Amino acid sequence: MKRTTSAWSAVPAALAISLTLTACGAANEDSGSGSSASGSASSGTSVSGTIAGAGASTQTVAQQTWKAGFEGANPDATVNYDPIGSGGGREQFLAGATQFGGSDAYLKDEELAKVPASCGEVIEYPVYVSPIAIAYNLKGVDNLKLDATTLAKIMKGEIKTWDDPAIKALNEGVDLPNTAVVPVHRNDESGTTENFTDYLHAVAPDVWTDKPSGTWPVSGGESAKGTQGVVQAITAGEGYIGYADASQTAKLGNAQIKVGESFQGPSAEAAAKIIDESERVPGRGQYDFAIDIKRDVASEGVYPIVLASYTLACTKYADQKTADLVKAYLSYTVSPEGQKAAADAAGSAPISDGATKNATTAINAISAG
Amino acid sequence: MPDADLHALDQPAVRPVPQPTPAAPRPPTDTPLLHRRLPRFATLGMLAASLAVAILLGLTVWSLNPVALLLETAVLYGVAVFVTSSVVEGRRNAVDRLVTVVVTTFFLLALLPLVSVLIEVVGQGYQRFDLTFFTYSMRGVVGAGGGAYAAIVGTLIITALTTAVSVPIGILTAVYLVEYSKGGRLGKVLTFFVDVMTGIPSIVAGLFAVALFVLFLGPGARAGIIGSVALSVLMIPVVVRSTEEMLRLVPNELREASYALGVSRWRTITKVVLRTAVAGIVTGVTLAVARIIGETAPLLVTVGTTTSTNTNPFSGRMATLPVFSYYEYAQPGIPREPYLDRAWAAALTLIIIVMALNLIARLVSRIFAPKTGR
Amino acid sequence: MSTTSAKPRGVHDAPRYGDRIFAGAATGAGVIILLVLAGVAGFLLWQALPALTASPEDVRGGKGLFEYIYPLAFGTILTSVIALVIATPLSVGIALFITHYAPRRIALALGYVVDLLAAVPSIIYGLWGVYVVAPASVPVATWLSNWLGFLPFFGPSPSASGRTTLVVGVVLAIMILPVMTAVNREVFLQTPRLHEEASLALGATRWEMIRQAVLPFGRSAVISGAMLGLGRALGETMAVAIILSTAVGVHWDIIGTANSSTIAADIALQFPESSGLDVNTLIAAGLVLFFITLLVNMAARWVVSRRSEFSGAN
Repeated sequence: MKRTTSAWSAVPAALAISLTLTACGAANEDSGSGSSASGSASSGTSVSGTIAGAGASTQTVAQQTWKAGFEGANPDATVNYDPIGSGGGREQFLAGATQFGGSDAYLKDEELAKVPASCGEVIEYPVYVSPIAIAYNLKGVDNLKLDATTLAKIMKGEIKTWDDPAIKALNEGVDLPNTAVVPVHRNDESGTTENFTDYLHAVAPDVWTDKPSGTWPVSGGESAKGTQGVVQAITAGEGYIGYADASQTAKLGNAQIKVGESFQGPSAEAAAKIIDESERVPGRGQYDFAIDIKRDVASEGVYPIVLASYTLACTKYADQKTADLVKAYLSYTVSPEGQKAAADAAGSAPISDGATKNATTAINAISAG
Repeated sequence: MPDADLHALDQPAVRPVPQPTPAAPRPPTDTPLLHRRLPRFATLGMLAASLAVAILLGLTVWSLNPVALLLETAVLYGVAVFVTSSVVEGRRNAVDRLVTVVVTTFFLLALLPLVSVLIEVVGQGYQRFDLTFFTYSMRGVVGAGGGAYAAIVGTLIITALTTAVSVPIGILTAVYLVEYSKGGRLGKVLTFFVDVMTGIPSIVAGLFAVALFVLFLGPGARAGIIGSVALSVLMIPVVVRSTEEMLRLVPNELREASYALGVSRWRTITKVVLRTAVAGIVTGVTLAVARIIGETAPLLVTVGTTTSTNTNPFSGRMATLPVFSYYEYAQPGIPREPYLDRAWAAALTLIIIVMALNLIARLVSRIFAPKTGR
Repeated sequence: MSTTSAKPRGVHDAPRYGDRIFAGAATGAGVIILLVLAGVAGFLLWQALPALTASPEDVRGGKGLFEYIYPLAFGTILTSVIALVIATPLSVGIALFITHYAPRRIALALGYVVDLLAAVPSIIYGLWGVYVVAPASVPVATWLSNWLGFLPFFGPSPSASGRTTLVVGVVLAIMILPVMTAVNREVFLQTPRLHEEASLALGATRWEMIRQAVLPFGRSAVISGAMLGLGRALGETMAVAIILSTAVGVHWDIIGTANSSTIAADIALQFPESSGLDVNTLIAAGLVLFFITLLVNMAARWVVSRRSEFSGAN
């Protein structure tokens, strides 16, 4: 029996052997700063411990960047971020499973009611702002100009070919081919889709009658999973057009969108400006900086198709150490330094001074107790 | 029957193709006691001719792609061999040759995707397949650099734990089904529900494990062991099914011979039945490991992800290769190349780990399997 | 259990603790599995309940639970059936090649090579499907549309990107090949040597021997292997999610841009950003997948039991 049993467990045993051979620490981690929360905080203002957040996958790279920068300055601290999606992130944050959350949409009213009393007041502010590009693949056309109505018609499948009069009218002098227009949309529920449909619904309500939603509301066209899937589909298909995070569409054509009387491409600066132009959602807490993005903005140099992803946090944490760590980390994420690091690594738009001031006010309210 | 076979072979054909007329030499009829056989050079010649025609077709009529080329060659050669063989060797041999062509074609067809996948993964993955990749974790890394050390350790630990949970349960259950239940009610129920278990979507297994552990550990629990439980739910049915199938194949004569010698039941099972079936069982276990080692969704909700190395599966988040690979691919930063390179290198690593497991399993089964006629 | 106390066929009367313990462990393992499954089923029901009782307008899609799930169930079955139709003959052929055609020394290595296909993570299959298979399928789809367009499966306008149900079926077939082949291979290897030799001695050709000895012996295992493969195809998530260009509703056209999604893929696509009732809806879809697997397996069991006389241990 014994001998035979050892045969059955040979596979895990072999695994265990290879494990003991390798389990001696990664070359870039010194033994003091592992994932375990070492209690002995080093001197000075440095913070220690482990906190975790979960939520929107749009923030993945930004959070990785902040985590790396923050942990570099505070070797005894570990910050984890699980990119499980906004829905899961909000749910876990409300359940007290995570210290902070990331979400592509601000908390709904019924979710606000679920904020536990131990949390104190809920903190909400946009931390990650990124333009959504209208990317297309059309040989010989570099500077496509579109307005909201035409874009809505394209995405609905009402405009069939690229030499449609509506597109021609906006692009005088451009030689548009007779290629079929294939609109590409996300088939996974996403904050990107919600922001994009919100734009179409707000600016072209006559054509785009569907309410903004995270799932694509109209049928027709192609669909693909995630930003990468959409970018891949557009890259592969001549005449394809779709919407995707601007940081990943650099190799495709990016349409300029009519704002007021001028046309604006998806630049980071133009995206950041929309946050200042937008209004705070009324009737929420003093540290709740949720905004309704003003899609029908008419000012020059503002790009209205943006995604604003939020940080969710509490004003109260159970102990001083956690409160200090959350405070320090969130302060870093909204600092000019942190925002610049995210912009370099993830292609996001650094939040404006006004937005930084709001966020800092909220973060400073964090305390233990 | 031969007509049916011909028909089956015609199905994958793209369109009727002109038959080549290979010169089938009539063998001399000087061996009356033996069947007349097609000489080897004739079949080889026909194969070469079929290949040539297929390439020609590929170049002129449609594009030259490996699947079409293989199918065209197979159809041409199959028809040619069948016709000449029925003339020279008779109908039965002709059918035999035709089936050989079909079976070989099927095998080559299965190799094509494998080769294609491997080319893709190796071609994309070798760029970051360096020492740094295996010795660095992602802690403190932004953009280029960094490695999958933490993820490799995490995957090995979680897979080992899962295997340690699933294999004993799976094999014992199979033993119960084959050796003890004898058509009893529990056996029937069990067989049925094990089948059902194969259909649990992986994300559901993950959510179930989370719900289970939240009962004990409170919200926000993340640990390697939770992931192992989720993966075990996926792995156990595969182990049971394949083991059960192998145990059923052990001839009853062996069991009876053992009992006749006065050997007790459990010793008969462990010493005779399980050892006779060990090769098949080990193959099944390896396939089951391969099935779960690449799971992404259940690990993300149960184990989470981190950038540091964590060797304790009972506390805290762990990095794992599939999750690492998926997020490097799905959410790259700019420029995206270093992220995609890491994603492919992680995939390549995963394949190599399973290959190594497979080799070990084969060694094990060779050591323990009784000598057979093969 | 009455079976645990059954005496072995030996002649001993003395109590055998080893036997008792072993039998207990085997039974216990089975009971653990049932408990786990009951746990999963209970969890699914508990989580799906709000969606089952919710009013139709509140459910995702706004037309009620049934309207949401049945196209997904359709897509799940369609892709799995395509995969099974392709993979079953292939896996039998491959297993026969390895066990009865290839030279013995090469056969082991060949088996290993096919097993390797199982080692490839499903994400890689997804990427491979999108970047390699999908573009290659476009001319085939065009041909099918031109010549077989009268069938409902081949619509008039094939997808230009190739991200279709057909491609998903092909990729799924390749994904389930290793499991099915491995089962078939092991069983074909176990064919009693004497049966084979008897057949050959009577003058049968190799194919006749296979038909007379090997295939009848392995028939139930082939079905069993197919069920294992089907289980994987039904539940496959990432590869389908990455490849398929999905659209709401039932679509028979397997080469167009609008394809019915599958349950598992839909859960993977929608789950991360969902909350509240939407999550319950997705879990309810998972429950349906559970039942589909249940029905499929009942059917398979029924087929196997009708043919069980000549296979394996009696």
